[in-house]
Amino acid sequence: MSGCSQSQPDVRQTAPESGARGSPVHHTIAIVGPPNSGKSTLFNRLTGLRQKVANYPGVTVEQRVGRVRLASNRELDLIDLPGVYSLDPRSEDERVTRDVLTGSMSGVPRPDAVILILDSTNLARHLVLAAPVLSLGLPTLVVLNMADALRNRGGEVDTASLARQLGTPVTLVSAATGEGIEPVLEFLTGQFGVPAPVELPVIQDIPKCRQWAANVGSAAAYRAPAPPVWTHRLDSVFLHPVAGPAVFAVVVVAVFQTIFVGARPLMDGVEWAVAWLAELTGTLLPESAIRSLLVEGVLGGVGSVLVFLPQILLLFLFIGVLEDSGYLARAALIADRSMARVGLQGKSFIPLLSAYACAVPAIMATRTIESKRDRIATILIAPFMTCSARLPVYTLVIAAFIPERSLLGPLVGTRAGALLGLYLLGFLAAVATAWMLRSSVLKSERTPFVLEMPPYRRPTLTSLGLRLLDRSKIFLRRAGTVILGAAVLLWVLAHLPLAQGVAPAIEDSLAGTAGRTLEPLIEPLGFNWKIGIGLISSLAAREVIVGTLGTIYGMENGASTQGLQAALQQDLTPGGAVALLVFFAFAMQCISTIAVVRRETAGWKWPLIQFAYMGALAYAGAFAANRIVQAWLA
Amino acid sequence: MLQLSFSNGRSKTRRAASGPATLVDLKAGEQGILESLDTAEDVARRLMELGFVPGSVVTAARSAPGGDPRVYRVDGSEIALRKETAACVKLKRPSKP
Repeated sequence: MSGCSQSQPDVRQTAPESGARGSPVHHTIAIVGPPNSGKSTLFNRLTGLRQKVANYPGVTVEQRVGRVRLASNRELDLIDLPGVYSLDPRSEDERVTRDVLTGSMSGVPRPDAVILILDSTNLARHLVLAAPVLSLGLPTLVVLNMADALRNRGGEVDTASLARQLGTPVTLVSAATGEGIEPVLEFLTGQFGVPAPVELPVIQDIPKCRQWAANVGSAAAYRAPAPPVWTHRLDSVFLHPVAGPAVFAVVVVAVFQTIFVGARPLMDGVEWAVAWLAELTGTLLPESAIRSLLVEGVLGGVGSVLVFLPQILLLFLFIGVLEDSGYLARAALIADRSMARVGLQGKSFIPLLSAYACAVPAIMATRTIESKRDRIATILIAPFMTCSARLPVYTLVIAAFIPERSLLGPLVGTRAGALLGLYLLGFLAAVATAWMLRSSVLKSERTPFVLEMPPYRRPTLTSLGLRLLDRSKIFLRRAGTVILGAAVLLWVLAHLPLAQGVAPAIEDSLAGTAGRTLEPLIEPLGFNWKIGIGLISSLAAREVIVGTLGTIYGMENGASTQGLQAALQQDLTPGGAVALLVFFAFAMQCISTIAVVRRETAGWKWPLIQFAYMGALAYAGAFAANRIVQAWLA
Repeated sequence: MLQLSFSNGRSKTRRAASGPATLVDLKAGEQGILESLDTAEDVARRLMELGFVPGSVVTAARSAPGGDPRVYRVDGSEIALRKETAACVKLKRPSKP
């Protein structure tokens, strides 16, 4: 290809207006734009709560589809495509975007029209994407976003002139404030005109495309805005050699405080609500298998996972504020150097930090990492971070087996020291795994570390709210399906086979049998069959083992901790206790995490590898711990 | 078209006397004119999409503590690159001052 190509609309046709009365034609419109163009803000403004998030088949790219209800009761589907700089299919995002736009993505109809959203404060660069998008020949509306920032910083552009040069309508909006949104709605309702043929550069030739974009821009009297003064001022603090890391440390501590201290009352609230529901169900229903299933199985199992919802929401609120304000990019920049040492990158930092609350939101948060290799590596090591579901197990075992003595002065005792040691153990396993991945499985892919620093912006409540809603829906759907299923299954295992119509004692149940079958396997770790049942049940969520052990040791009514500690001391050797701690530090005992990894990596390959790897490490670690403690005490 | 040149590691020392040879050599606040991208084609294309096109003016800005990665201003946006990537971006030698 050489010289110039033209977009080739065959006839100036318009999409059919509507079919038979009562069955209007259902249009699909795609929003495409570069990263940081405000694409999702516009999408959220147009669709509001009416959106669904799924994955495109076979890839890890998120598919966001929303429904817009127009006047005259018509509806249309809006697809929010991933942010791309070009339609060159080099990354998964670009391939998906191109496939959807050309109609070759299975299961997704070819869009009837395209909204191309560009940052008006950065038009010279963003306009480059217009060339490949217009050459598709689809009806296109070019939306120049950030009108307010452009105006405030003294930039301007003649949209009418730009429209003439691009052969398609152009409008200036601020998606965040809603300014100038009417023409966009009109475009959605109106008849879609195919772009007029205009000269476009050869889209493979990037320098030529940029030259074209610059020429089009200057012909449309585009005056670039003054540099964002406030961004430079803020960066002089946030990226200051001394103040920068200090602010970074404050943010990290704030995240920790929020998820551990701030979420506490809310988590207690959820716990209380679940307990209240359980009690209510208990009084309303007569003593029966159904009651036991509902109270112990459903409420017990789902409730133990639901209790993490406040933490997860607070975490996402935090990440949302960091991301929307633009600070996340700065944090990634500051963290990059240390993360690079173990073969990761700056953007892995916040997801890994989140994993200290729960691996599920952490793995969802890896979506900000564009490099697929880095994203998979981050997903694979996130479950090693000490999540809050491990804490009840750690607390129970530590309290039962480690006498409280002063270790480092009056502040850090042996118990706190043991807990810190377990945090460190998980962290070291993560670092070692990341390092191994870098030098083996995930070595080949090479993408440069490129991090765009967007100007700082004020996060909007709508965008934060929608994000929280979206994440809670994903989490609750999982709690309602996978975890509910697992909880019911475990209940069935613990209550069958019936002996004269009565559920057996737990040691005679299927779960008990499984525990006994497992015993030879876990005996070298210093675990007996009771711990075996606990390990099986903890697959639902790690801390479920506490409740299960409570049941096994006959602590009805909420497994009083004192009694359970005493029972454990009787039944478990010190070696076995330490082995149990090590096992929980390493094992991927969490169905939610397995499910979310499957979803985010679009297949069973990675979750299975991860489960096997972490399981093997847990077994080896627990075995070694048991032997070492035994030898040490002997 | 793509301007890929092939060079070995000597360029840096050779040009140290005659001004910055690559982005890495720019001091904070200093500008340079991009000459070529001395890297694999896919990396070069990604950098060009971000604005690092031959002929564009690049300004070195702030960096992470320790100097790596560093933010570069190009064409109205700010992009952070690691040293290893920035070292592939060669600058035009300034004409005699």
